[in-house]
Amino acid sequence: MSGRLRFLRTPSGAVGFGILVLVLLVAVLGPYVAPHSATAPIGAPPFTGPSTSAPLGTDFLGRDVLSRLLSGGRSVIGLAAAATGLAYLMGLAIGLAAGYSRSIVDPLLMRTVDVMLAFPPLLFLLVLIAGAGSSVGVLVLGVAVIQAPGISRIVRTATLEVSERGYVEAAVARGERAVAVITREVLPNISAPVLVDAGLRFTFSILIIASVNFLGLGLQPPSSDWARMIGENRAYISLNILAVIAPAAMIAILTIGVNLVGDAIARSLGRSYVPRGIRSPAA
Amino acid sequence: MTPEDGVAAIRVENLCLELTGGEPVIDDVSFEVAPGEILGIVGESGSGKTTVALALLGFTRPGVSITGGSIHVGGQTIVGQGASTPRSLRGKVISYVPQDPGGALNPSLRVGDGILDVLRAHQARTVGEDSVRAALSRVELSHDFRRSYPHQLSGGQQQRVTIAMATVCEPPVAVLDEPTTGLDVLTQEKVLAELLRLRDEERMAMVYVSHDLAVVAKIADRILVMYAGRVLEDGPTDDVIELPRHPYTKALVSAIPDFHNPRALHGITGVAVGVGEWPTGCAFAPRCEHRLNRCEEAVPELVETAPQHRARCWRWQELTTNGHPAAVVRSSETTLPPMPLLEVSGLEARYRSGRTDRPAVEWVSFAVEQGRCVALVGESGSGKSTIGRCIAGLHVPTAGRILFEGDELAGHARSRPLQIRRRIQIVFQNPFESLNPRHRVGSSIERPLRVLRRLPRSAAEQEVGELLERVRLPKRLEERFPVELSGGERQRVAIARALAARPDLLICDEVTSALDVSVQAAVLELLQELRRELGLSMLFITHNLGVVACIADSVLVMDRGSICETGPVGTVLSAPSHDYTRRLLEAAPCLRESAVGVGAP
Repeated sequence: MSGRLRFLRTPSGAVGFGILVLVLLVAVLGPYVAPHSATAPIGAPPFTGPSTSAPLGTDFLGRDVLSRLLSGGRSVIGLAAAATGLAYLMGLAIGLAAGYSRSIVDPLLMRTVDVMLAFPPLLFLLVLIAGAGSSVGVLVLGVAVIQAPGISRIVRTATLEVSERGYVEAAVARGERAVAVITREVLPNISAPVLVDAGLRFTFSILIIASVNFLGLGLQPPSSDWARMIGENRAYISLNILAVIAPAAMIAILTIGVNLVGDAIARSLGRSYVPRGIRSPAA
Repeated sequence: MTPEDGVAAIRVENLCLELTGGEPVIDDVSFEVAPGEILGIVGESGSGKTTVALALLGFTRPGVSITGGSIHVGGQTIVGQGASTPRSLRGKVISYVPQDPGGALNPSLRVGDGILDVLRAHQARTVGEDSVRAALSRVELSHDFRRSYPHQLSGGQQQRVTIAMATVCEPPVAVLDEPTTGLDVLTQEKVLAELLRLRDEERMAMVYVSHDLAVVAKIADRILVMYAGRVLEDGPTDDVIELPRHPYTKALVSAIPDFHNPRALHGITGVAVGVGEWPTGCAFAPRCEHRLNRCEEAVPELVETAPQHRARCWRWQELTTNGHPAAVVRSSETTLPPMPLLEVSGLEARYRSGRTDRPAVEWVSFAVEQGRCVALVGESGSGKSTIGRCIAGLHVPTAGRILFEGDELAGHARSRPLQIRRRIQIVFQNPFESLNPRHRVGSSIERPLRVLRRLPRSAAEQEVGELLERVRLPKRLEERFPVELSGGERQRVAIARALAARPDLLICDEVTSALDVSVQAAVLELLQELRRELGLSMLFITHNLGVVACIADSVLVMDRGSICETGPVGTVLSAPSHDYTRRLLEAAPCLRESAVGVGAP
């Protein structure tokens, strides 16, 4: 549908989309075009400055910064996407169940969610990693669990509102199964408010995964990852500043791109959410 | 109500408004309002009546600008040569009462502070409690209300507060935009009485904008009928109602349900033209049954048809006859064998929210016989919708029984057998919310065919077209989304969706209350026809007694959750026995009454 891509027509949407495509290309194709290995030293001493063989210099183990940069995007983007996706699945399930049930299920789920919201996110993740060990699975699950409560609250509110509409009641009066009512009547109509902050949540996932990786508690060496690269090289920033600045810039650019696109999509959804032709009947 | 001094409170001359693109929105509108006179501006949605009302305050919506003409209010020029800044005049010389009082009052300001704000904007800082007291007493609210927040007031009280705010600076002129739309009849009557008192005692001039000719007829001294940005007719109220010169006014008059002399309603076919699609000739010509070639070629002039009465029609002289269709068509088929299809006995339903648990319906019993239409009448909050929802299986009653052909119905729709769910269908109040905006019209109608009648896809698709035809909509609409339809079209689709199940009982929950009067007439016309053709039984829930008179066989009047009067339509409406029914009837706006005497207390 052409309507889906309407956000591209706004300047911020187009610019953000461009940035995002660029960063994604780097992340996906980077490892194939990298001049050197991302994990093995190239023979130059650590922290040599930019040269023709290593345009961004070398890091603290004498590895090529450019090659590590080119292969370090996949983990950040992949993990953040997986975590955000999982968070939306969990949040939708909880929110729809709570908002549609109108029974004891609602307060039960919502109070649980409130308790979860009370934990400081990073602390929660660190405790989880300390307990369950550091693995990709734990990282994704942890970030998803941090994000799900917020999503579920938005989903619940939107569901409550939509459930009172005539078309939902008509479906209930037809005796349709709850699952059918939710997927056919409710879900399509809550997508706008629910997805409005998807971009922001994706950004937050990126940042929290980056934070954990920066602390060295996420992905383990010798994996190349933008956040890990910052962490590894930050003590020696004066020796080769590019080894820290370049991955930091990549994370910043990715975040900005995601945010711009998220904003543009939210705005275009917002417009169709309040349809143009609508008017109060007697005005 | 003739002006004594001859100085008009409002004088609008040749007012023109355009969109930034150059499309005309308002074309050459002129009128005068004398002090102590109420002018009613009537028209369908999109006729430009609100635009004119706002222009009186020197205000235009974004994208619209005043391109010609002048507006003088209370001796001051608002638009035109040497116009003063309207900001300082608003509230002091001319004030505005909006349609939705709940949205117009600042929820975080106490009523008294809100009124003080208006005063401070125009007068010295030393205004005190006395002015607030006076303003509140002017609308007959006690001084204690100054400490209340808007959400603590009822809709009628809120509207009286907005009137108090509009009148606190004692402006000579007030503009009221649909001030009673959305209020109960009884509340509406109080607000209207208030306005009439202000007119008589303070000699305020008012412009009263509404789509409802019946309400306007009740309050206005003169009526201005607008269509597509032009004045089509303008004259004294009684004259316009009794002897409308323009076919459009005539159509509007015959679209109004009237419980004193119920008659067949005639909706106006077609849809009102929007901005930017004005035809070259008379804008109403495409919908007019009297049109000639000449009507489509040139716009007729607004000509004097009688003293103080103007109309814009080429053929007004030939067409002016008594405007009322005489035929009284109350179906007298009361001799049908009363075989009850639906029986409700001892019904009680409660609403629980948080810790409060209040009864919505108590001890309600009635029956709907095969092929009959029973109307459930009452104010909002009287529990009438709850009864409909209980029967449809959307609300579980706490006590009592609902029998359908003698079998007791389960509380939840889901627990009822398929055939029962199919045979009872409900149409909801708000056409803007009753269709899923993400589904095409066709798919909305197809769903009950597939779920309730278990039709295969091809047969269902086939029948969607037939159903659309049945509700007088073109087949091509099935590809559209609800956003692309007008309110009346949507309500027809909702009716088609209910008919798809081939129901025996149709519950209509305030199906016309969100529609323009002319559209309402068309929808009622359709429901009547469907009843005749399909032998439907109907439970018709409404607050509008005029509508009841033209569609129902018998009436149940509800007051605070219980039925206070029942009987055949004719008896209840002409000789009500219960006090509450009598009050409802007195408050209901209706054309006849207005012709007898406006403003009589």
